[in-house]
Amino acid sequence: MIRLLDIHATYDNGTRALKGVNLRIDDGEFVFLVGPSGSGKSTIIKLITGEIQPTGGRIMVNGYNLGDIRPGQVPYMRRTLGVIFQDFRLIEKKTVWENLTFAMRAVGASPREIKKRVPYVLDLVGLNYKGDRYPNQLSGGEQQRVAIARALVNNPQMIIADEPTGNLDPTRSQEIMLLLEKINELGTTMLVVTHEKELVNRFSKRVVAIENGRVISDETGGYYKNEEII
Amino acid sequence: MKRSYNIGYYLSEGFRSIFTHGLMSFAAVCMIVACLIIMGSFSLVALNLERELGKLERDNQFLAFVDESYTREQAMALQSAIEAVPNVASVTFETKEQAQINYAEKYASDENAGLYSELPAEVFRDRYSVHMTDLGQVQATVDAVERIEGIDGHQAAPEVAEGFVVVRNVATAVAAILIAMLMGISLFIINNTIQLGTFTRREEIAIMKMCGATNGFVRGPFIFEGMLLGLFGAVLAFFCQWGIYELIVRAINSGGTFQLLTVIPFRELWLRLLGVFAGVGLVVGTLGSVTAIRKFLQV
Repeated sequence: MIRLLDIHATYDNGTRALKGVNLRIDDGEFVFLVGPSGSGKSTIIKLITGEIQPTGGRIMVNGYNLGDIRPGQVPYMRRTLGVIFQDFRLIEKKTVWENLTFAMRAVGASPREIKKRVPYVLDLVGLNYKGDRYPNQLSGGEQQRVAIARALVNNPQMIIADEPTGNLDPTRSQEIMLLLEKINELGTTMLVVTHEKELVNRFSKRVVAIENGRVISDETGGYYKNEEII
Repeated sequence: MKRSYNIGYYLSEGFRSIFTHGLMSFAAVCMIVACLIIMGSFSLVALNLERELGKLERDNQFLAFVDESYTREQAMALQSAIEAVPNVASVTFETKEQAQINYAEKYASDENAGLYSELPAEVFRDRYSVHMTDLGQVQATVDAVERIEGIDGHQAAPEVAEGFVVVRNVATAVAAILIAMLMGISLFIINNTIQLGTFTRREEIAIMKMCGATNGFVRGPFIFEGMLLGLFGAVLAFFCQWGIYELIVRAINSGGTFQLLTVIPFRELWLRLLGVFAGVGLVVGTLGSVTAIRKFLQV
């Protein structure tokens, strides 16, 4: 579960990115976070992942209070999250299998656990025959599937997807969204940040719109309404 | 259990990283080798001199002659005053009669032995044979004993012992300065090598952090890389040092000038030398990497 209570965030250069944001995402939810560039979406992600600290307010992430979390606890908080990026961020010189084992090793998983978990996750994302491929031997959609598999491999409570379909054509985007929906149905909370109006509107999910550092709408089964922010 | 998986991972990543930027790693290892060989050479010279000094110290004594006007009882009473002088290890009283006998025995094989044995005891004086602890203070000890009332003259040759002490002290001082300089350079190069590693692996580091890797896990491979560099350097330096030492031993044993010196065989030294080299290599490597990641890997 995530709770943002009256969050304010101001960068060192004086930019006020968030101005009193309140947001609650319960376990098992699927939430789209929409808004134009510079609206504060990325700042919310950075706050949730512990990359930056708010200048005001309280943040709870999967049982961790980020306001008074000790630096040594931040990695353990991050293990409850899986993050997916628009540019995939795969390690080019590692195979698909190695990219996933790398993520598991980072949290101290044993070889036995890795051997058991990686095939399961690859199967889940439909890449069970491509474990020995390098990222540059895969299509964009497949690379994003690998990124999703990496986010999933440590069995997080929540996945945060930052523009996961930004580099993909509409067909691949649809496939990726269906995959995320499938993962959500298996019990993982999903927060998807996106610009893609049609994609958001095709799925009847909770949509949180943010603009100028404030939440301007929050509707379950909602739509991406504001034409100006596409 | 997890710790052992991690150590395997740190080692493999450390090895990989060394070969990823091979030139810098090579430079770092070369500096460690140079540093250790210089340190080792000076230490081995100092060890050998120490042994020579030890031998001299065992034989080291000077004679303090008793004033001829003193009676035997008065002469013998001086012993406690001499023993109280700093750096005096032991004192033996010798009568002039005993001195005459010893003198004759010493030159018994000489061609003029008859001449020496016929010397009357009156030519000799009652004397004390004074043994010292520290050869570096021969002159000061002789002076202190000379100041005792009843002591009239001495016979000592402090030059040889003091010469050894001077050479040993110079070797130690030069070694200390050179080692400090080379250690500094080694640390700097290892530091740069590790920084390069953190730069080339910055994407991996970002992904690891995103996945929830602890700071220790992210830093581990870099620490191991530094340790491995230090260890490689130590092992290479050990073999180089071995070769150099054997060459010098051969030169000393075959040359006429140095035949008075006896050199400690390498088989008596190798284990200590390897231990010290490995220890220093590990410490330099670890320090170099720790300072690099503390400064440039804010995780």
